[in-house]
Amino acid sequence: MDLLDILLSASFWAAAIRIASPLIFATLGELICERAGVLNLGIEGIMVAGAFAGWIAVWGGLPLWGGVAVAMLTGMMLGLVHSTLSVPFGLSQHVVGIGLTLLATSLTFYTYRVVLPEVSSPPKITAFQPYEVPFLSELPLIGPAIFAQTPLTYAGFILAGLTAVILYRTPLGLAVRAAGENPSAVAAQGLSVTAIRMGAVTVGSGFMAVGGAFLTLSAFDSFFFDMVNGRGWICIALVVFGAWKPGKAVLGAVLFAAFDALQIRLQQTGIGAVVPYQVFLMLPYFLSILALVLMSRRAEIPAALMVPFNKGER
Amino acid sequence: MRLEPIEAPSTARRVIPPALAIAATFLVASLLALVAGGNPFAVFGLILKGAFGSKFSILETFNSATPLIFTGLAIAVAFRAKLWNIGAEAQLYAGAVLTVVLGTGALGLPAYLMLPLCALAAMLAGALLLLGPALLKTRLGVDEVVTTLLFNFIFLLFVSYLLEGPLKDPMGMGWPKSARLTPEARLPRLVEGLRLHWGFALALISALVVWVINTRTTLGYEMRAVGQNAEAAGFAGIPVTRVILKTALLSGGLAGLAGFSEVSGLKGALTLDLSPGFGYTGIVVAMLALLHPLGVVLAALFVAAIFVGADSMSRAIGVPSYLADIMLASALLFMVLAILLTKFRLRRD
Repeated sequence: MDLLDILLSASFWAAAIRIASPLIFATLGELICERAGVLNLGIEGIMVAGAFAGWIAVWGGLPLWGGVAVAMLTGMMLGLVHSTLSVPFGLSQHVVGIGLTLLATSLTFYTYRVVLPEVSSPPKITAFQPYEVPFLSELPLIGPAIFAQTPLTYAGFILAGLTAVILYRTPLGLAVRAAGENPSAVAAQGLSVTAIRMGAVTVGSGFMAVGGAFLTLSAFDSFFFDMVNGRGWICIALVVFGAWKPGKAVLGAVLFAAFDALQIRLQQTGIGAVVPYQVFLMLPYFLSILALVLMSRRAEIPAALMVPFNKGER
Repeated sequence: MRLEPIEAPSTARRVIPPALAIAATFLVASLLALVAGGNPFAVFGLILKGAFGSKFSILETFNSATPLIFTGLAIAVAFRAKLWNIGAEAQLYAGAVLTVVLGTGALGLPAYLMLPLCALAAMLAGALLLLGPALLKTRLGVDEVVTTLLFNFIFLLFVSYLLEGPLKDPMGMGWPKSARLTPEARLPRLVEGLRLHWGFALALISALVVWVINTRTTLGYEMRAVGQNAEAAGFAGIPVTRVILKTALLSGGLAGLAGFSEVSGLKGALTLDLSPGFGYTGIVVAMLALLHPLGVVLAALFVAAIFVGADSMSRAIGVPSYLADIMLASALLFMVLAILLTKFRLRRD
């Protein structure tokens, strides 16, 4: 059976890790926001803006890491807009998030048309190239799958580790988690819930934008309008699937990406000749819904998620 | 920082923030127009002229407002009960698919039976599509925002499959497009010779019906109670789950009607670009209308005018028409903030 051949090939797992990378950044970003108590539905738009900002910066002459930084800053600015409206003003996180997605997406498309008015196809940049980690990349199967990726992928996994350490091993992480679980207790400690939540949303949004920039700076070498294509919404499902824990969320992203890589390959086998290709393309979205359903009975959701905090009020 | 309710807001308190929100929206749009090399006054002038400058353009604005009234109502109904239906786009297409399935020659019915049948089927399709996520919400507590959003992607792929497979027009020269509706399944024009179709009237009627439901029926009262405080509503003996499911059926049905109206009234066939995001724009329409069904009509006309006007402005002086989308998104964000500021003030500790 060729399914086994696919699952045992290094190129399949290399693709899975590559597809997982933007999801890892954006999922971590969303996780940080939600851990602090704020649902960030701006994620889809922030990823679009990040994908464009990073790419246009590199196209304009910045080095690749400069593009990543520009994407990060773009995301942080959008995160600041979100958190200003959703935290001190306590506006509906659903409405603010969807409004921000619409705003970020339309601003991006507008800027694209202003900067590149007459192009039929977007210009290409020189994207991140795979870097083979010495020794490790020579391991069988794992080597070419994990240790021959682009630097931005490695950065994603390092970021996941850092996020876990900061969330669980530092006073800052404790404050963030407490802001999402029991904000009154945070305020009672003399800390500002507003500042913690705004900071978490701003930084988290920066990570989402880097996730978007992975698409233009690493996975592809150009920007397309429908590039993000619902990945942001999938990341929201991945946060739930990962039970709001960085490690599990990364695992979820890789599993999801493996599935995505599998459906692309299955399209080229005998099954693909019978089943319409749209069915394969639907699978990732169905999988996300399934993940939400399976995880729905577990009660690990941050207790104060989506609950605005107003000091002096119970 | 904390929010402090204002006991008795003065008239100025109630008027100034929304006025500032509108001013801020135009300020943002002006700056962006300048960036693109367009004189803001010329840009807004051309948008106005493009939307209302001629009989043709006014009818175009009304036609464009029609699907937005339906999706705006769909969202307003759902959001009022705090059911976050972001899937109106998929529900619209579900309605359009059913219209095409029934209306392309499968049934030999006269128009007075055909049209109501197609409309009802479209409503049912939209309603059922939202019932799934609503059941997942009430039964399992799965957040409907994400499920309805993901359903948009799934359903568009499904439509793409239908248009390349079972519903493909055999005479379509390979384009992914359905066969055309039979004349019996086409909504006639409101006035002979003018492009405006009966879908617009149907949209107005729907807005009235929703208004009556909201203000004159038990369901309307229950939907609002569930939206304001589901727990308290439950204590008061309101069957919260059933109200949410009924809300979902109503909301999805209204979005399904948008699909029926677009196919039967305007396009005559189903393509993958039937809706350029009416389901999402409906969210802006509903919010600008403060979820009021009659306000939805006005907001939809306003939004449609900006879209139609921006298209013609863009053709004239080359400022990208995405300016319209930016104006609407920023109007939404500024307006929700402004409305809060009519009732609360921000105090430093």
